[in-house]
Amino acid sequence: MSTNSEFLEAAVRTATPLLLAATGELVVERAGIIYVGIEGSILAGALAAAAGGLALGGVVGVALALLAGAAAAALFALFVVRWRTEQIVTGTAITLVATGGTAALYHVLFGPEGAGLRVPVVHPVPIPGLAAIPIIGRALFAQSLFTYAALGSIVAVQWSLAKTHLGLALRATGERPSAARAAGIATSQLRAGAALFAGALGGAAGASLVLVQSGTFAEGMSAGRGFIAIAIVALGRWRAGGVLIAALAFGAASALQFLFQARGWTLPYQAFLALPYLATLVALATMRARAAAPAALGQVDTD
Amino acid sequence: MAGAVGAVALTLLATLLALGGYDVPSALSALWRGSFGSSYALFSATVVRATPLLLAGLAVAIAFRAGVWNIGAEGQLLAGATAAIAAAALPVPGPLRLTFSLLFAAIAGGLWALPAALLRQRGVLEVISTIMLNFVALNLVGYLVRGPLQEPTHAYPQSVTIDAVARLPRVAGTRLHLGVLIALVTSIILGIVMRRSAWGFRVRAIGANPRAAASAGLIDVSRVALGAFLVSGALAGLAGGIEATGVTYALYEGLSPGYGYTAIAVALLARLDPLLVGPSAMLFGALEAGATAMQRDAGVPAAFVTVVEGSLVLLVLLLPVVARRYTAYALARQGSAA
Repeated sequence: MSTNSEFLEAAVRTATPLLLAATGELVVERAGIIYVGIEGSILAGALAAAAGGLALGGVVGVALALLAGAAAAALFALFVVRWRTEQIVTGTAITLVATGGTAALYHVLFGPEGAGLRVPVVHPVPIPGLAAIPIIGRALFAQSLFTYAALGSIVAVQWSLAKTHLGLALRATGERPSAARAAGIATSQLRAGAALFAGALGGAAGASLVLVQSGTFAEGMSAGRGFIAIAIVALGRWRAGGVLIAALAFGAASALQFLFQARGWTLPYQAFLALPYLATLVALATMRARAAAPAALGQVDTD
Repeated sequence: MAGAVGAVALTLLATLLALGGYDVPSALSALWRGSFGSSYALFSATVVRATPLLLAGLAVAIAFRAGVWNIGAEGQLLAGATAAIAAAALPVPGPLRLTFSLLFAAIAGGLWALPAALLRQRGVLEVISTIMLNFVALNLVGYLVRGPLQEPTHAYPQSVTIDAVARLPRVAGTRLHLGVLIALVTSIILGIVMRRSAWGFRVRAIGANPRAAASAGLIDVSRVALGAFLVSGALAGLAGGIEATGVTYALYEGLSPGYGYTAIAVALLARLDPLLVGPSAMLFGALEAGATAMQRDAGVPAAFVTVVEGSLVLLVLLLPVVARRYTAYALARQGSAA
């Protein structure tokens, strides 16, 4: 197997939790809400997947991860949608609570020596035939079920946003909530629902970190992936297709370090890790990205 | 006020610890010993820990007051620390070197905020751009301490330790450094500026209602916001410079345990008032210094304190909600009485 195909495989694998979280963030941002707390949802999902996976098996672990991620988002929605608190501050607080809460709970559940925790990991499921395609075959078709689920989610979200009444209502809410309400759309329920969806996908991202990548839980193991998801949505210009490409780009930048190790290059890869963030800044600076952001994004809905 | 918040924090912590099945009295006494229990704990742990939180908290408070959602204090702090360490190697006499370090730290922090501030004028959400800049700063530090700024033996991912003359002076026998005083004076100056100066008024006006400030107050909203953003960055940069020249003496990736993020909680708890950021930073400094002792002496994870910090922010966010409900309730009662 060539280094290139291993690199692509690693890039897609690394991109998977990012794509899951970014897909959720895309939906909630299109409803006009920026959910900084998705970092907290990822952590909640990771701990739930680890604890649930260990006690009751991987499938239950994933289900619990979705619920735990959504629960963190439910608290966020209660504050932001019902009580109209400032979104960024609330999201930051949710992240703090989840970061501390998961670390504390982990300690309570598994004791001070919890580092020895071993959760059975899920193995890649190659798709016969397709996985044999040279170079890109294994990258796209010999991944875990999480990767296929992530790709399925972004396609489903693209379709729902573009083609369904629900998607139209969601987009209207994100552009001009007062007009949407006047048109009979239940904007608060939609926004809360979008937040729960984002939280659940954040939880799935956390589950994939545990069940695919590490096989254990560690304090703060999300390592900023929630913030990266927010970057991916901006870099993808709030469009599903853009989000998919941006997630793969971030995955590839992280996977470069594997390539460097494999090739024996000693360049400090941190310089490359900074590239996607710089790219996002440049993308934000251009005209089209600004026009692409939902008009009501981040604003407190006052009336 | 500070006492009430402290009591709420302790009650919350005790409840969580009891739920987790920990020995609450021994955990809380360890927390006390590590934060206020001795003069060493107070001056060498709590106050030293509170100093970067005070300056970064001021940074967040000024920005948020102006309606600028700068959550990039972490990156600006790292930029400041990097500049301070780089300037500490300049071939100039000792005391001047320290002055340069702190000056460059503030400038670097402001410069690190500049792209986000300029993008904001073009309609880009500063939340997103400052998050990006945080990651760029973190990766840049990671690169610098393995590349251009790595110590000469190339054994550790950190910079060379700065000379004694380039460090902030300490009170003998403690870890208390001059940066504490700088931070305190800065908070008092900012408190006066925000309350009494025309600029402070403009900042408060654009934060409260940008449209009214522009039409009724004839304020150039975008320019005042830019200024507040840069001042905010400079304050966070100074926090990093003081941490580097007063505590760590070298640059490395873990230099800040998330001071820039905790600063958001510090500023909110102080209700964005510069004069209250000091007490708020002390509370957080005490909690974090105490958490270290609690983990070491009572085997309780420091993470419990992080939960308390986040919960305090959520409670502060609820205060205006409760006040609104109460006002509505009181008005309704008045109406029915009349």
